[in-house]
Amino acid sequence: MRLTVSPAPHAKSQASTQGIMAVVLIALLPCVIASVVFFGLRALLLVGIAVVSCVAFEFLAQKIARRRVTISDLSAAVTGVILALNLPVNAPWWMVLVGSAISILLVKQLFGGIGCNFLNPALTARAVLLASWPSHMTDFSSDAISSATPLALDAVTSATQLEQAPELLDRFIGNINGSIGEVCKIAILVGLLFLLLSGVVTWHVPISFIGSFMLFAWLFGYDPLLAVMSGGVLFGAVFMATDYVTNPMTKKGQLVFGIGCGLLVAVIRKFGSYPEGVTYAILIMNILTPLIDRFMKPKVYGEVKKHA
Amino acid sequence: MRSTFRGGVHPLHGIHEGKPLSKNSAITELKTETVVIPVGMHLGAPSTPCVKKGDRVLVGQIIAEPVGFLGVPVHASVSGTVKAVEPRQQLKGHPELCIEIENDGLDESVEFTPKGDIDTVEPAVIIAAVKEAGIVGMGGAAFPTAVKLAIPEGKKAETVIINGAECEPYLTCDYRLMMEQPERIVNGLRLLMRAAGVSKGVIAVESNKRDCAEVLSKAAEQFPQIEVSVLPTKYPQGGEKQLINVVTGRQVPQGKLPIDVGALVFNVQTTAAVADAVLLGKPLYERITTVSGAVNSPVNLRLRVGTLFSDAIKAAGGFRGEPAMIISGGPMTGFCCQDDSVSVTKAGGGILVYDASMAKQTQEGACIRCGKCVSACPMGLMPYQIKFDAEKKNWDMAKKHNAMDCIACGACSYSCPAKRYLTAACKVAKEMIADRDRRAKQ
Repeated sequence: MRLTVSPAPHAKSQASTQGIMAVVLIALLPCVIASVVFFGLRALLLVGIAVVSCVAFEFLAQKIARRRVTISDLSAAVTGVILALNLPVNAPWWMVLVGSAISILLVKQLFGGIGCNFLNPALTARAVLLASWPSHMTDFSSDAISSATPLALDAVTSATQLEQAPELLDRFIGNINGSIGEVCKIAILVGLLFLLLSGVVTWHVPISFIGSFMLFAWLFGYDPLLAVMSGGVLFGAVFMATDYVTNPMTKKGQLVFGIGCGLLVAVIRKFGSYPEGVTYAILIMNILTPLIDRFMKPKVYGEVKKHA
Repeated sequence: MRSTFRGGVHPLHGIHEGKPLSKNSAITELKTETVVIPVGMHLGAPSTPCVKKGDRVLVGQIIAEPVGFLGVPVHASVSGTVKAVEPRQQLKGHPELCIEIENDGLDESVEFTPKGDIDTVEPAVIIAAVKEAGIVGMGGAAFPTAVKLAIPEGKKAETVIINGAECEPYLTCDYRLMMEQPERIVNGLRLLMRAAGVSKGVIAVESNKRDCAEVLSKAAEQFPQIEVSVLPTKYPQGGEKQLINVVTGRQVPQGKLPIDVGALVFNVQTTAAVADAVLLGKPLYERITTVSGAVNSPVNLRLRVGTLFSDAIKAAGGFRGEPAMIISGGPMTGFCCQDDSVSVTKAGGGILVYDASMAKQTQEGACIRCGKCVSACPMGLMPYQIKFDAEKKNWDMAKKHNAMDCIACGACSYSCPAKRYLTAACKVAKEMIADRDRRAKQ
């Protein structure tokens, strides 16, 4: 009789890293479809290049470092999709490759692979691309949609309620310009619903992010509904701030993280020279995550206060 | 239904909890040709054998004398001839001293003398009877029951809680006992309340055992001081600290004992054994154990302490297919056996057989910081952090992260999507810290 001897517990849940990443990929699908609907097949090409290059870079890096190859956990594919959805439709192909390399090689693998990066890989790549090729990254001119970017508009227009109504609807559907994944709010909300229902993401980060942003936007004199429908707030709150690796471990910590993100976006939009602040807001909160984890610990059962 | 404790998981929820396999199998008696009784079945120093090879022993005869403060006597569970007094491989890392008895099938016992009547017996007599009967916590911890009942000077018990949660998947032995012999549990509880001098008794069962609650309520209906409480089904509901939290609303402070919040918790089988010890004068030499998993007919057996796993598995219709893992206890906290020659101890509530598909091991992945272990931990710990500390052998840090509060319930490892050995790391950290602290004291 040959028996396996292993430490307890001898029952494991069905959850796996691969399964979680697969759920995230499915949740991103509506956004990918919406990007093709609004921006044409070139959007799909961007997604394809990003996914293939991210997975390839991960494979290469792990081979070179003689680590276990873990591309089957699908995390690189998720990074690829999110990176592509963060780009404008006219982004040149080589820029996608540079973005993938930054995400996977610099941010993820150099720091030790999945779970060890302290910044969101796709978001860091977006920040680097934005700083390096600002003209490419803000070239939202598209054949399909010919309005100026809504965020630029925010600064100058003070639309009346009547004029706002159709505009709000356009923003909700995605009939506006912007990065290919962030425009269609319906698709993002469908993705969020799926993430919540599957239990992969809890409400804490996305809702506190969106809620605090709307609150601060309102305090700073914006129309909160219009503000939340502009730019990448929703996409960031649903798909990037919720990245397990770079947000806090406890629910309390996640609330602090989400509220911080919302506040920073509002502050950058109001006082910064950038029209959009989602990228930097989340990255700053990523950096603060270890600090939040340090202070937002769960309450230990029967905790006895230790005297200093 | 009462509110619940922090964290916790629902093991095998959605598929099944493993319980339906043996839930409806009534308790059946198993007698075997030999028993191998370890002398160290309880928490505390192993007892000293007082019989030798060739001696004839009777059922209930003391075969090993207690040693030290936590000592308990060991009784012969069958009548027959002592075949060997020698170390045998059991569940621990090294062989343990065991007494093998060949059963003559006569079931001749020493005379059992009842210690008194429920309503009149003196508390001290109850405690003495419990000690004499060698009763230990039969839920798994095997802590000597008489020691628990000896309430320290200056402390006062308020509530006796009977643990009928049986939150481990697969195990149904406590369920069967509650269904079939509720009066033994009620009698035992009344005696325990008398011994501890308290007027409030709570029998706690999980909501997946409402039928038990009904049966117990009926058995206890003449006793208004006894309450049957139905708790939400959630693992580890049967954890002592979780149970106290839910039933009394109080938490046992770190480093303290349940008595510090006025609570005493006993497993249902322990409670029934207390009833037998006082009302019948019968020592603890048999128990009910579930044999389940990859066996042909899962059963709940009333078996003698020292029954070999191989005999118990035979009584459950034998292995279904090739066995790949044999677990003593439940799937969440049980121990793996090297083979089927180990014995059922006083605390052995389950024999669980896994076939190859159930025993499949998964490779440990990297932590993706999902926080599921933190949410699952019923003690409010950060298991991922203790695992990192253990990997770095940084026991100071592990202690700072409250590794010593870990109850090793397995909820963290269960919920981890990367299949990391979190519970195992916490156990190692606990042992290393305890070992180091012991050395520092010397």
